[in-house]
Amino acid sequence: MNSRTIEIAVGLFVACGLAALFMLAMQVSNLASLGGDGDSYTVTAAFENVGGLKVRSPVTVAGVRVGRVDAIDYDTSAYEAVVTLRINSAYDAFPDDTSASIFTAGLLGEQYVALDPGGSMDNLAQDGRIQLTQSALVMEQIIGQFLYSMADKDKE
Amino acid sequence: MLDAIQRLGRVTLGFFERLGRGHLFLLQVLVSLPGIVLRPGLVLRQMYSVGVLTLVIIVVSGLFVGMVMGLQGYNTLVDFGAEESLGVLVALSLVRELGPVVTALLFAGRAGSALSAEIGLMKATEQLSGMEMMAVDPIQRVIAPRFLAAFLSMPLLAAIFSAVGVYGGWFIGVGLLGVDDGAFWAQMQDKVDLYDDIYNGVIKSIVFGFVVGWIALFEGSDTLPTAEGVSRATTQTVVHSALVVLGLDFVLTALMFGD
Repeated sequence: MNSRTIEIAVGLFVACGLAALFMLAMQVSNLASLGGDGDSYTVTAAFENVGGLKVRSPVTVAGVRVGRVDAIDYDTSAYEAVVTLRINSAYDAFPDDTSASIFTAGLLGEQYVALDPGGSMDNLAQDGRIQLTQSALVMEQIIGQFLYSMADKDKE
Repeated sequence: MLDAIQRLGRVTLGFFERLGRGHLFLLQVLVSLPGIVLRPGLVLRQMYSVGVLTLVIIVVSGLFVGMVMGLQGYNTLVDFGAEESLGVLVALSLVRELGPVVTALLFAGRAGSALSAEIGLMKATEQLSGMEMMAVDPIQRVIAPRFLAAFLSMPLLAAIFSAVGVYGGWFIGVGLLGVDDGAFWAQMQDKVDLYDDIYNGVIKSIVFGFVVGWIALFEGSDTLPTAEGVSRATTQTVVHSALVVLGLDFVLTALMFGD
């Protein structure tokens, strides 16, 4: 085999190796999350508590995935978490009184945002704000409430 | 009785003598490494036979290891409703352990044994002595380029193994079993850390490349110049490399992830 072929093969091998390293760094690790899902628009929703919601968690309507969580910020004046939802442009007809809730997939699964369309005639637009929200259920709070109600029952 | 004790002593002394020769050999190779800068073509040619020719087995095993992990992991995780964590499971096991270790084992079998046999045969046919007669340093001309090629190829091969494996797991989990694509990648990116996991995996594979290259070349050049000696050198390369890689992997894991 002549040396040109060998050099090309080695060049390709090194390029593949570096590309694999790059892919591991960018795609697998927490370094960056590049790339979108095509055309999309964003709306925001404020939650009292987002629980274990993560950036890039799914956004669903009636169980169908329509977008992803784009960013989670904390509003220092309202003391609320502001979640930016990036929704695919194919689903652009949500009434502006749509409500958003944070649910958990399964008992130990990932948390996601579920949208529940309302009955308004006007639709949510780019940068629109979802008014009705329901926070994530925090297990400790539920257990606390349960114990509290048990104690009340005992008194009666 | 005395004979048995003498035999024990001889084996022990032989072991340490060989260990010492191995380290002297490594020292010689390392000293002659800078000289390679003048002849990059030699390393290139070796990277072809050590790296490029190993690529097929690495890609194929990476793909199947990833796919098996996807399948096994899914079956376990789905019971807990946690199949979204499949990406984390596949990526972490590949990047931290399976990528470097399995690549090193395959590398020892595919490239290390070939290096040993080649050097051993060169010694048996007195090509190495011939070079010395012509005032060409065989370590610099023959050994060092091969060592450098093994050292450079190993991390690249391990990275390719892990990357292909992740896609294998993704193909099974997302493509066939219906795990959510976003959750697969999102949880993976959330849990896999660039420095703790990927960086340490690369360090592991660099160490393994160094060790496998060293063992293969030393076994080759320390062999008895007979057909039997070459065959034993080849076998010992694979066996010793595997043992050292697995042992070192434990030590490195304890150092890196032990806290």
